[in-house]
Amino acid sequence: MKRKDILGLYDLEAEEIAEILSVGLNMKKLLRQNIKKLPHLAGKSVTTLFYENSTRTRCSFELAAKYMGAHVVAVEADRSSVQKGETLVDTGKTLDAMKCDVIVIRHPAGGAPKLLSKTVSAHVVNAGDGMNEHPSQALLDMLTMQENFGRIAGLKVAILGDVSHSRVAKSNLYGLSKLGAEVRMYAPRTLLPSGIGRMGAKICSSREEAVDGADVVMGLRIQLERQHAGNFPSLGEYAAYYGVNEGLMRYAKAGALVMHPGPVNRGVELTSALIDGDTSRIEAQVLSGIAVRMAMLFLLTKEEIA
Amino acid sequence: MIVRDVEIVGREGRYDIEIQGGRIARIGSGLPAASKEIDGRGLTAFAGLIDMHVHLREPGFEKKETIESGARAAVRGGFTQICCMPNTKPVCDNKVVVSYIKMRAAEVGLCKIRPIGAITEGQEGKNLAAIGAMKAAGAVALSEDGKSVASTGLMANAMMYASDFGLKCLCHCEDASLVDGGVVNDGYYSTLTGLKGSIRAAEDAMIAREICLAESLGLPVHICHVSTYSGVQLIREAKARGVRVTAETCPHYFTLTDAAIASFDTNTKVNPPLREEKDRRAVVEGLKDGTIDCIVTDHAPHHADDKNVEYNFAAFGISGLETSFALSYTKLVREGALTLAQLAEKMSTAPAAILGLEGGKLEEGGVADLTLIDLNEKWKIDPAQFVSKGKNSPFGGMEVYGRVKYTVVDGDIKYEEKRA
Repeated sequence: MKRKDILGLYDLEAEEIAEILSVGLNMKKLLRQNIKKLPHLAGKSVTTLFYENSTRTRCSFELAAKYMGAHVVAVEADRSSVQKGETLVDTGKTLDAMKCDVIVIRHPAGGAPKLLSKTVSAHVVNAGDGMNEHPSQALLDMLTMQENFGRIAGLKVAILGDVSHSRVAKSNLYGLSKLGAEVRMYAPRTLLPSGIGRMGAKICSSREEAVDGADVVMGLRIQLERQHAGNFPSLGEYAAYYGVNEGLMRYAKAGALVMHPGPVNRGVELTSALIDGDTSRIEAQVLSGIAVRMAMLFLLTKEEIA
Repeated sequence: MIVRDVEIVGREGRYDIEIQGGRIARIGSGLPAASKEIDGRGLTAFAGLIDMHVHLREPGFEKKETIESGARAAVRGGFTQICCMPNTKPVCDNKVVVSYIKMRAAEVGLCKIRPIGAITEGQEGKNLAAIGAMKAAGAVALSEDGKSVASTGLMANAMMYASDFGLKCLCHCEDASLVDGGVVNDGYYSTLTGLKGSIRAAEDAMIAREICLAESLGLPVHICHVSTYSGVQLIREAKARGVRVTAETCPHYFTLTDAAIASFDTNTKVNPPLREEKDRRAVVEGLKDGTIDCIVTDHAPHHADDKNVEYNFAAFGISGLETSFALSYTKLVREGALTLAQLAEKMSTAPAAILGLEGGKLEEGGVADLTLIDLNEKWKIDPAQFVSKGKNSPFGGMEVYGRVKYTVVDGDIKYEEKRA
């Protein structure tokens, strides 16, 4: 990989995405064999710089780095100099001066990883920025699909839920489109962002249309504060008109996968029967997450031999 | 003093302009030599440019700009007269702040600085500010600047009370509940960047409200920095049925679109936000057909610390005084939308007429406020060279035409470009 940073899938070429998935699949095979001591990042340091609460993404990045032998430091922005008023640019310069090799950043403001990447010589990996991108989540979703179907090209992927506030939906749209999948979206009009159709998504006018013949059905998390903002009347109404249930899944291909970036609101985005059913890949997604993050960290930091 | 052999906007040929006692004494040719002469060959004389919408930041935010640095930027940009918005600290909502600004402007002595008072105390939208006292102290207009007066009833009262003192309300149009934290235009680029957008209606709804008030009350109103195609149309229709509405726009709205935000460059963050190509075209069309009366900068200087942060956290605004003429000339006149005389109207005559200010015309007996410009000089915008403290411009690297060579205020040369 020739780039310094992974800020989003919008920037990555199809070949780069395919390379990450390919290395990720190998990492996942090793993880399945319970091999958790690899040399790929030995002697390197990885810092996680999280300005938003996160358990799974942060844990996943830290384990990915540790399984490959990196020194890992976690900066909890809510307990650090950030609370003392330090700017992102200054925090970045400090981490750079400490010779961090990789900074994994999560931030509530879109574009923050890009600002950081321009400031530091360390590699920057975006672990989610505002409503912009969440590349590692989309890559792990794609890895899960790749593993299941042996391909991405030609898959029909239905994404249902709060697209407006979802960095996951956008990263998936970019990545899946680049590898030749068809992405359909369905959401309440209040949660469907302007111009998303121009980015290659097929905007559907019903749940059934979105799911019709789909290989993968992905629910997106509804944040409870969206309801208070007046985007929909109640969680019950959301589940009734926009949720994914067994009846809806009959429109999808037989054996279509059920996915969700988590954490799930049971009975809202997806019914519990689907979450716990045979076609659910929600837990498989988690292991894919570590594998794909190992691939990202390794490919960014590996030295090219001429 | 004589400006010799200079072209004058709107006239054929070249003239000598004789200035005496701060007035234009004569415009002719072959006038007798004077002790001080400006060689006007290759230059075009404009009535001194007037910018009725700038932010000078003093008092309170001197790190961003001072009255002195702002005035220096103004004369470097060719402006002989500027009107400054009240969002200082303390807010310019009383005669003391108005007087302070007037006093500092007199001490600086570069261009004419006309304070604009707040509509309500502290810009809080609750009680009317001391409108009569501010007028007496020298305020030339009222504006809530940066926001609308949320209460329609209070706004109606403000317009009526202000009219007793001959003051107009200059309305920043923004429905806060629709903006709701938005920092860019809602559209393809807000979705692409994940930055929260606000829809055109956030601006249009308030434009419509102010037009309704002006129409209903039979009073004049002025709409600030129009950025939407639909807002232009609302104003066009209101004018057609005789509503006393005037309007302004800024160079960034006819030069850039929201495509510029894809870089996350915080210098593109401005309020109202950069919009789409159809809006940009409509703003040009509005200038062309007279719907939009004048061009202002909304000069909003900021310190680098306010901009070198995450887009969401960056301050809104563009430092515009030193690029306004060249951008307007390049984008509007050279591309054929306006004649040079129409540009002079938008940047001088119209703002003077809207606010009842002296100036805006280059004529015998008139005040000797002049801007002399080399229209053929091509130059590259370099914000680092600004004399404004605010280097926040999205136009860095852009090549433009039209270079201000002299700015003359009341017959005195207040700016002369240094020769390289």
